[in-house]
Amino acid sequence: MHELSIIADLFEIMTEKAKEKKAKKIVFVKLQVGKLSGVVPELLYTAFDIYKKDTIANESELEIEEVPLKIECKKCGTNMVKDDFVFICTHCGSTDLKTLSGTELVLEKMELEV
Amino acid sequence: MRKKEILVLEDLLGSNKKIAADIRYKLTQRGILTINLMSSPGAGKTTLLERIADYLKPDYKMAVIEGDIETERDAERIRAKGILAWQIITGGACHLEAKMIGKVFPEITPDLDFLFIENVGNLVCPASYDLGENIRCVLLSVPEGDDKPKKYPKAFTTSDCLILTKADLLPIMPFDKERAQKEALEINPKLRVFETSALQDIGIKELVEFFISIRQNFLHKNA
Repeated sequence: MHELSIIADLFEIMTEKAKEKKAKKIVFVKLQVGKLSGVVPELLYTAFDIYKKDTIANESELEIEEVPLKIECKKCGTNMVKDDFVFICTHCGSTDLKTLSGTELVLEKMELEV
Repeated sequence: MRKKEILVLEDLLGSNKKIAADIRYKLTQRGILTINLMSSPGAGKTTLLERIADYLKPDYKMAVIEGDIETERDAERIRAKGILAWQIITGGACHLEAKMIGKVFPEITPDLDFLFIENVGNLVCPASYDLGENIRCVLLSVPEGDDKPKKYPKAFTTSDCLILTKADLLPIMPFDKERAQKEALEINPKLRVFETSALQDIGIKELVEFFISIRQNFLHKNA
C-alpha cells in the first residue's frame, strides 16, 4: 500500500502548479495509471479523498484513466496488448520487445478556478 | 471566478527518479556498485547478505543499508560480521524511497566497492521506487511457492536478477523450480537466475562472482 505516498507526491505537484497559475481552487484532476505501474487505482481514489481535506483541492474530483500494457515486437513489428504480462511475441515468439505504454503514473491535467 | 484547464503531464514518481539518478551518478563516479535487494518478508535477504559478506570481505569493501519498518536488528546482524551498516527505520512505510537513501548518503565513504540496499520486506511497493541502484535483485524463497512471479509481476519485470533462496528445501517442498523459472522469464526474459542456499552455501559464490564481474565492467566504462 504505497498509494498514499504516491498521492502525497501528486499533491506536491498539484499545489505547485496551482500556485504558478494563481489558482484559488483545484476542481478536477486526471491521472494516467498504467496496468504495470504497480499501483491500484481504487486505492488511489481512497487515498486522494483522505489527502484532499484541508487543501485547495478539497472539493476536487479525481478521474483515473487506466492505460493498457502495449508491447511492440522489435523482430516482426507486431503490436499487442498484454493482460497476462507474458513478454513473448504472440506472433513470432520473440522476446525482443519494446514497451509502448502501461508503466505510466502521470498527472495528465487539472481544472482550476482562477 | 473562471475555470481553466491546464495540461501537466508530469510523472508522479519524477521527484524520486531524479533523486535516484543523482545518487546513482555519484556512487558510480566513486566506483561503488549498488545493489537493491527486494523480496517478501522472510525470504532470506539478511542471511544472504551475511553469506555474501563472507565471500567479499577478504578482497572488497562492502556496506549495507537496511530498510525495516521497525528495529535495528538487521543492521546489528550485518555489523556483527564486521561490515558497515546503516539502519533506516521507516516507521510504518512499506518501501524505501530515494530520499531516504539520500539521508544516509553523506555517511557513505568513497572507499567502498559494493553497497547493498536491503529493502523493506514486501513484494509489491518497493518495485515502484528506484533507489539509485545499478542492479536490482528479487529474491524468491522456496517455501513461498512457485506461483509468485505471476502474482507479483512488477517486482519481477523491474529486476535484473532472480535469486532463488532456501534451495536446500527443494527436495522436501512442493516447489516446481522449472515452473517458477519459466514463468519469471516469461514476465522478464532478461532476468539472470541464481539458485542459492545461504545456510548450505550453495550458489553464493556464483552470485558474488556475477556482482564482481558487473563491477569490473562498470569500472571499465567509468575509466
